[in-house]
Amino acid sequence: MSASVYANLPDYRAQAPAVAERFRKIKERPVVLDVQHLTREFMSERGPVTALRDVSFQVHRREFVCVIGPSGCGKSTLIRIIAGLDEQSSGRMLVDGKEVSGPSPERGMVFQGYTLFPWLTVKRNVMFGLEMAGMSRDAADREARQWIDLVGLGAFCDTYPAQLSGGMKQRTAIARALAANPRILLMDEPFGALDAQTRAQMQAHLLEIWRSVNVTVLFITHDLDEAIFLADRILVLKANPGEVQEIIEVPVPRPRSLEQLTSPEFLATRRRLDELIHPKRETPTIERLPIVRLTEVGDEVE
Amino acid sequence: MSRKRWFQVRHDVSGASRRWLTLLAFALPLAVWSAVSYVPWIWHPVVKIEQPGEVSWMRAGQLVPKEDFAREVAAAKEAGLTLPSGKRANPIFLPAPHEVGRALYTAFTTKPVLRGDRWLHESLWTSIRTIFWGFVISSAVGVPLGILCGAFASVSRSTEPFVDFVRYMPAPAFGALMVAVFGIHLEPKVAIIVIGTFFQQVLVVANTVRKVDGGLLEAAQTLGAKRRQLVWRVLVPASLPELYNDLRILLGWAWTYLIVAEVVGVSSGITFFINQQAKYRNFDNVYAAILIIGLIGLVTDQVLAFLGARLFAWKNPRPSRFRTFFVRLFAGRDVLLFPDEPAKKEISA
Repeated sequence: MSASVYANLPDYRAQAPAVAERFRKIKERPVVLDVQHLTREFMSERGPVTALRDVSFQVHRREFVCVIGPSGCGKSTLIRIIAGLDEQSSGRMLVDGKEVSGPSPERGMVFQGYTLFPWLTVKRNVMFGLEMAGMSRDAADREARQWIDLVGLGAFCDTYPAQLSGGMKQRTAIARALAANPRILLMDEPFGALDAQTRAQMQAHLLEIWRSVNVTVLFITHDLDEAIFLADRILVLKANPGEVQEIIEVPVPRPRSLEQLTSPEFLATRRRLDELIHPKRETPTIERLPIVRLTEVGDEVE
Repeated sequence: MSRKRWFQVRHDVSGASRRWLTLLAFALPLAVWSAVSYVPWIWHPVVKIEQPGEVSWMRAGQLVPKEDFAREVAAAKEAGLTLPSGKRANPIFLPAPHEVGRALYTAFTTKPVLRGDRWLHESLWTSIRTIFWGFVISSAVGVPLGILCGAFASVSRSTEPFVDFVRYMPAPAFGALMVAVFGIHLEPKVAIIVIGTFFQQVLVVANTVRKVDGGLLEAAQTLGAKRRQLVWRVLVPASLPELYNDLRILLGWAWTYLIVAEVVGVSSGITFFINQQAKYRNFDNVYAAILIIGLIGLVTDQVLAFLGARLFAWKNPRPSRFRTFFVRLFAGRDVLLFPDEPAKKEISA
């Protein structure tokens, strides 16, 4: 974005009284997820690589935290470690004060690639976690219907995933993860594969769901606007190695709406994220391709 | 339908053309066979003697190479003898389509020549039993073992190298051994089919199970699935349609092993019938028996494919009037049946 848009913006740390009060209340709530000094190293062909170094942060109950960073900053590695699908080299994670390792339904996950079970209908997909928890078929059926209604797919209970659109698949995946009653819902770029329109709709849906369900959300994205629109706080990672650069308290008041995309608080936060993710270099040049002109003189397009 | 569409790379042809082409696939070989059989100047390398004339060694009905026949005719003409006459014909091993067609019926009604010989339907039944038991025994062990190999690297590493090694040993090589172990009747034949199928089966099943998307396993784990549930509730159902197809293909292989299996010990089944009929030079019956094997294979395969498409409806959610009826009956009209509808619905929502 050009500098003119950012002129005369407030400091991104300045909070309206209502927003400041909200953050005070959030901090009073118990910590659901406590990540302490998480480091992940792995061996590559060119020697050891540090994907994450000393990452520490806390997520409070019913808080919405986004993780953002340039590509290769290890944000996916981070959420996979928290989900228990990858192992840290050192450091630890606590859920409700208890150390955890390995995958567990208390840390539900929504993947970018949907990962719905294609041989199960929408309802049976949502029942999966409930049945794993030992619930009877009937009870699971009733409970699953409630979650499916919550994500607005009531009419599609008996439909197979292959017949759903991307947005509907992801809503099913959210219902499936929530039905297992997780303490924290981990979302790994869940809307990354959706088109812009569906994506905006899904963001609104997600906020609505989060408002009405007792769940804490940790949401990974590479879309700056998405992070600001959704989050209470944004965890900004930097790449090589992945380290916490800053944790931003989003000053945009709730409830959120699309009109806020151009509000001063939104733009101020956006400017700060831009500075962190795309830092200004001394000579800001885009690398030129060594292309020889192959068109006739006078046939220029710009 | 323009002709251009027929030769577009990876482009299916229309329904009507598909049916015609399928028909053509069978009609073309039949046409070639008919041409060779019924058009006298195509091939017909022998002469069937009708009147031996005064050539001493000729008999009516005898098949003589046409060069020999021409030479004898020339010799007889020179010597002033009565000329032999005959018709151009094909060798005995190539009966005409109508003869084989007739044999398809008469093979079932021909009384066995010797006391030990079997009727065709008895031979066929023996063969089907051999295949069935061979395939069932092989699958009962091979499929579970293959699934375990696909699920657990430790099982795979400790099993597959040896299985791969045995796979290269031709199953017929075990024939004599199996007779020594199991005697001379049905058992060694079943054993040969098991040996021929089992080792391939383990590897094929293991590979299919390994192809299941790892993301599904991860999702199941975050939903609380443990090891046993990951195998039973994720790996098995996810690979079931592919496993079904694998077994369909393996069943075809089992039929190819049948012919060698049946000459082990006391020759039996359809192979015995074929050999016996060949001995009596009833080549029309031989062709009929081979055709029947092909027909049984084709029909079972088509039936299994048809069932598979309906068993695993989630794999190909195509409009089926049958399914539409039942889904609408039990789930109401709102249910989405066709894949292109949701996109439209969601935009309007």
